[in-house]
Amino acid sequence: MTAALNIAGDATPLPLVPPQLVTTQPLLRMEGIRRRFGEVEALGGVDAAVYPGEVLGIVGESGSGKSSLLRMMNLEDTPDAGSYHLAIPDHAGRNLFDLDRYQRRMLCARRIGIVYQNPHLGLLMGNSSSGNVAERLLIAGERSFATLRDKARAALDASEFPLPRMDAPPAQLSGGMQQRVQLAKAIALEPTLLLLDEPTTGLDVSVQALVLDTLKRLQQERRITMVLVSHDLGVIRTMADRVMVMRRGLVVEQGLVDQVFQDPQHPYTQQLVHAKL
Amino acid sequence: MSLASLTRPWAAMSYGFLDASARREIRRKLIKAVAVPGCQMPYASREVPMARGWGTGGLQATLTLVTPESVVKVIDQGADDSVNAASIRKFVTRVSGCAATWDTAAATLIQSRHRIPEERLRADQVLILQVPDPEPLRRVEPNISAARQMHADADYGRLWLTLYEQIVRKGRIMQGASYPSLVNGRHVITPSPIPRWDVPKLNMARHLTILSAGREKRIYAVPPHTRVEPLVFSDRPYQVEAHRGLTCARSGLGGFFMNEIPQADGGRIHEVSDSNLGIKAIRIAEGEDETIAETWYRNGEMQP
Repeated sequence: MTAALNIAGDATPLPLVPPQLVTTQPLLRMEGIRRRFGEVEALGGVDAAVYPGEVLGIVGESGSGKSSLLRMMNLEDTPDAGSYHLAIPDHAGRNLFDLDRYQRRMLCARRIGIVYQNPHLGLLMGNSSSGNVAERLLIAGERSFATLRDKARAALDASEFPLPRMDAPPAQLSGGMQQRVQLAKAIALEPTLLLLDEPTTGLDVSVQALVLDTLKRLQQERRITMVLVSHDLGVIRTMADRVMVMRRGLVVEQGLVDQVFQDPQHPYTQQLVHAKL
Repeated sequence: MSLASLTRPWAAMSYGFLDASARREIRRKLIKAVAVPGCQMPYASREVPMARGWGTGGLQATLTLVTPESVVKVIDQGADDSVNAASIRKFVTRVSGCAATWDTAAATLIQSRHRIPEERLRADQVLILQVPDPEPLRRVEPNISAARQMHADADYGRLWLTLYEQIVRKGRIMQGASYPSLVNGRHVITPSPIPRWDVPKLNMARHLTILSAGREKRIYAVPPHTRVEPLVFSDRPYQVEAHRGLTCARSGLGGFFMNEIPQADGGRIHEVSDSNLGIKAIRIAEGEDETIAETWYRNGEMQP
């Protein structure tokens, strides 16, 4: 009806959908994160915000602090100063760095999924692939074997892992498959936040494209909020909505991906973009 | 004043072989172990005249608890007459002057390797189990410091994962002895290598169980009336060994844990593993005055 009216030349404009990123509360909010490793200042006061359903890309050269920041988001490390808030029930308004070890572990298991660049960090290589996914569910208290099996199969299926091999140990799988197991493990509990630390580095270009396709599809289907760390601008451009450029522990530029990559303001970003393209 | 006047008069040995400080330390660790059921307490583990790994942990606990009024029974894989059991029993009676017995019902202190007697233990009895490896997380986390943190966090996900893997690979849980069990809803223990048959006997038991590892220097306990739940999936019930239908070839007893004895013709016969129970049954059959006390299992079914 409305469409017909428009075609007929009705002057009332369609209601403008406000950009969601601006109006909603951030899901993740980090403020003033500082971290020193001896003489080196890895993070020199970083602020970050991630909005529900968006993909935040973090780029920067090696040693720029992007992985350190991601480790803090996964509560694997505590900063020297700074606060970290996640807008989730039970923990709203709490600085997550104040949680004790047990609370952190439970929060990470239930709410945060992570995919590491190196599968050895995220997977038990001797156990079966389905077992690696099931471990997450076991930590969260699932005690029915049939349910564990079904949920592990569903998660592996969602990450497009070939199901006939679901009981093979990751040590026998290819790099791309190992990343898919990590991804299945990360999404098994429907996390609020999915952290990806260079998920496709070290994979050949065709496998990389397939893994990225899976990630993209998952993101669109489930609207998972993601933080993606990569030094590959192509990956960031494909996946991310917003991008944060880091250098020497500081955020030098951030904004929408197209905006930052088409019109870089900071000299370092300009150099980065031109080096790539 | 001479040095001799300041020291105690010379004696051949202190009572119960261990010196006073060793006994005091073990008593204190025992109190802690009972206070936190299933939590492994480190202790010094002194030298005893026996090689590590042959029951030194159990022996130290026995020597600490023994009094001249004690009646001691020592079991090795269910048998009272094996060399190891006989030697330990002889040693304990010699250094403490206590009485020794083969009869489960008459004993006050029972030191055991790999079995819990079939006759139900009472509140006035103490069971001491020898433990070769007290750490249930050893196979999933070889680093002891990390394993201790996992105990502190009650982080037993990977232990459950090994059970999951066994079902995936073999279709059933393959863990035979030392089945990991959750004590009082908090700490997972390895109940020493007792068969699955014996684990339910620890649940809500009337007696105190002390588990002591001499080589690994750890002591832990299951106090009376404490929950001991073997780790199982909710849709895969806990199964004991299929010994329900077996009959002892010597005593005619059935429905108890059996030892399999291969025969020269390729066949096999079974005899009841708790040898004193078999002896009692044979004596009763021969018309002697003997009674078998209430047993945990009746006709192969665990009694509440």
